[in-house]
Amino acid sequence: MKFDVVIIGGGLAGLTCGISLQRKGRRCAIVSAGQSALHFSSGYFDFLDRTADGKAVENPLDAVSALPEGHPYRKIGVEDLERYMGEVKPLFAGCGIELKGDWSRNCYRITPVGGVCPSWLCLGEFTPFTTAQAEVGRNVMVVNIPGYMDFNARFVAAGLEKRGAACRIVDVTVDELSGLRANPSEMRSSNIARLMDSGHVAVRFAEAVRMKLSGEDAVVLPAVFGLKDSSVPQKVAEIIGVRTEYVATMTPSVPGIRTQMRLRAAFERLGGTYILGDTVMPSEIRDGRVVCLSTVNFGNEKLYADAFVLAAGSFFSNGLAASRECVTEPVFGLDVHAADDRSKWGDMDFFKRQEYIGFGVKSDADFHAVKDGVSVSNLYVAGSVAGGYNPIAEGSGAGTAIMSAMSVAEHIISKIG
Amino acid sequence: MNENFEQCLKCTVCTVYCPVVPVNTDFPGPKQAGPDGERYRLKAGLFYDDTLKYCLNCKRCEVACPSGILIGDIIQKAKMKYGPQKTKLRDAMLAETDFMGSVATVFAPIANPVLAARPVKAVMDSVLKIDHRRTFPKYSGQKFVTWFRKNMAAGQEKYPKKAVYFHGCYVNYNYPALGKDLVAVMNALGYGISLIDGEKCCGTALIANAMGKRALRQARHNVKAIESASDAGRLPVISTSSTCSFTIRDEYPHVLGVDNGKIRENVSLAVKFIYSLVENGEVKLVFKPGYRSKVAYHAPCHMEKLGWNIFSEELLKMIPGLDLTVLDSNCCGIAGTYGFKKENYEKSQAIGKPLFDQIGKVAPDFIACDCETCKWQLEMSTPYKVKNPVTILAEALDLDATAKANNHQ
Ligand SMILES: Cc1cc2nc3c(=O)[nH]c(=O)nc-3n(C[C@H](O)[C@H](O)[C@H](O)COP(=O)(O)OP(=O)(O)OC[C@H]3O[C@@H](n4cnc5c(N)ncnc54)[C@H](O)[C@@H]3O)c2cc1C
Ligand code: SF4
Ligand code: SF4
Repeated sequence: MKFDVVIIGGGLAGLTCGISLQRKGRRCAIVSAGQSALHFSSGYFDFLDRTADGKAVENPLDAVSALPEGHPYRKIGVEDLERYMGEVKPLFAGCGIELKGDWSRNCYRITPVGGVCPSWLCLGEFTPFTTAQAEVGRNVMVVNIPGYMDFNARFVAAGLEKRGAACRIVDVTVDELSGLRANPSEMRSSNIARLMDSGHVAVRFAEAVRMKLSGEDAVVLPAVFGLKDSSVPQKVAEIIGVRTEYVATMTPSVPGIRTQMRLRAAFERLGGTYILGDTVMPSEIRDGRVVCLSTVNFGNEKLYADAFVLAAGSFFSNGLAASRECVTEPVFGLDVHAADDRSKWGDMDFFKRQEYIGFGVKSDADFHAVKDGVSVSNLYVAGSVAGGYNPIAEGSGAGTAIMSAMSVAEHIISKIG
Repeated sequence: MNENFEQCLKCTVCTVYCPVVPVNTDFPGPKQAGPDGERYRLKAGLFYDDTLKYCLNCKRCEVACPSGILIGDIIQKAKMKYGPQKTKLRDAMLAETDFMGSVATVFAPIANPVLAARPVKAVMDSVLKIDHRRTFPKYSGQKFVTWFRKNMAAGQEKYPKKAVYFHGCYVNYNYPALGKDLVAVMNALGYGISLIDGEKCCGTALIANAMGKRALRQARHNVKAIESASDAGRLPVISTSSTCSFTIRDEYPHVLGVDNGKIRENVSLAVKFIYSLVENGEVKLVFKPGYRSKVAYHAPCHMEKLGWNIFSEELLKMIPGLDLTVLDSNCCGIAGTYGFKKENYEKSQAIGKPLFDQIGKVAPDFIACDCETCKWQLEMSTPYKVKNPVTILAEALDLDATAKANNHQ
């Protein structure tokens, strides 16, 4: 089967790249072994939250020049970065995904444990707070859904109180949710959201919240609304009638799943082919090029293309593999940035900077993958499989995924036509 | 792929995509029923939870899992190992497709009206707990195999190439027309067809009904029979049912532990096989000039697990005049014998509802689908007929011109 471009990995990077290419009329296929890291998203896209010494970044573009050479943002360069950043909101809006915030500066978000963190843009139900105070209200009612364990109302309330709000935690539920409670392992965000999507349940829930208000000027709810119908969070807020803030839950992330589904649907609407549940097998690089890929399911039928993109994610998605001795890239055996000294991989203190998070595939200035020290002319890397940066320490996961994907799409178009 | 439940990341992604979870709160969900539950069951089988029977074995959880855990396989194996060892008469009847098929074929003129009659349905409903709202697939008067041997077998030698056809129970007992279409298309492409001596049901229904011993016996038998029919894997073996192909290729080794190494790579689906022939320039398709149809394609769950729906889609797209809509990925709810059981009927219809609704919106001339049980479900739950892509191909092709283009007769 022949395409213009075949992309390995259908998460944020693979889909952004595929959508950009399809919009320019290139025929793409995406092969994705399983669902992506978007299922764990906080609902906020990070671009560059912190400097190397841990200070919150205000204007991400200004901080780019201080990044080490070889960082994906340095490869793209400030000029192109600025252009891509401006294109992100319209690109996602075209896929039915509302992003809020000012792309030229960072915002703040409330974390699932009630703290405050810098971030960049956020999905429609969230608020891009402009100050680190992230004030929700003076008197806040934090809603706990009994039986739902993946949202900790106490932590959130404690965090808000530390920043000067008075909080009251209130249990709210509706009959329709009692079925889920019968099976505690299934009281999950996606199941709650699915029920809420059938309009009347959300309305009844919102009314129940409103009834519990006693003078509060704001409500905090877990982000378990709007799995398919993104208008639900807004409707619920309107019924409640006071300021309503959604706070991210533990996985799975309802806003993240919705985003994944909409990106995929947009890619398919543009004529792209999305193949889920299939794994690209170890493939050959011959004379500095990739000719075709084999997958587990396709058997003898190969996937041919002029260009290939590796957007297979990090360790979590199996885009990288670690053994006791070394870190490898399983599909092509590409060169990988990694500390040679095993003891430098990680810090036993879980909350410290973990070097292994910064491991990833080496690429040249145009994101061509590098094997045995030589660039592969028609293979590009995008997203968290790429090395040269530490997405967790610096807070740059979605930003690097989207920016590298947009850049790779442009390189492919300028090179292959 | 990883059967090792220890590799589970506890990410709960599987739970998001299980079609049973939203409609049946008694079902613990793939993560709990699969890798999490296995941890306990290995300690002591008495942790076995009877609600595992609500699993459809649709494998949607496996398609979604980022770590490649074979969740559905873990659940099916647990059902066989720890579940109730006595099979209900009803489950056995539904699962024994060959036995039921043979009996019913002989009595087709009686069996069809009988299975359709209200009082019979009432008895089946109350005594056997087969839901009275189900329409039964009709049994054909003449088995496909009988037709083939009588009319076609002798002529197959003259074709330059050969392929083996695994027809499955549905083609043999209920719908020989599909088998006839397959033979017509393959002959036009220059392939002579042979059948598998002693072919038995692939056993999918036995697996689903936790009749492990019978399933195992049938799997071993089929692997031997396919080995000898395909000259130890040298000839291509094609089928027209996504579930038959899937069961033989993957359930045999993964769930039943039957080694199919000699034949696995050769067992394919007609759509994939034909697609590859066209793609590699080995055959040409010549279509009828005036063909027109509006088609909605539904990818069966096992087709998505095989990852082969793309071949059906691409093949249908080759047909000029065919206006194709690919329906959203959604289980139709029947899952083989599952939806026939009284306790599952309503859940089964609830699972399929978004699909039925979307089909209504598309308003196609007919639905395309590679699975026979999906066909029953969709024909019962929507006003549209369902055709296998091979049948659509047979209707759209100018078979004589195709035969000429491929240099014979
Ligand atoms: C738990 C968690 C939470 C996060 N939260 C946030 C957040 O809130 N905000 C933020 O900005 N960033 C967050 N990130 C960072 C996140 O990694 C990036 O934002 C981004 O989603 C990465 O996208 P990606 O496309 O590069 O990789 P992924 O989303 O990991 O996608 C890679 C895909 O490739 C597939 N794949 C791998 N190997 C193969 C193969 N051989 N064949 C076929 N397919 C293959 C995988 O199955 C997977 O679907 C988070 C990361 C994690 C792990
Ligand atoms: S096989 Fe299907 S029904 Fe069974 S747990 Fe997995 S997704 Fe659910
Ligand atoms: S999706 Fe896979 S890894 Fe995640 S919880 Fe389910 S089985 Fe475990």
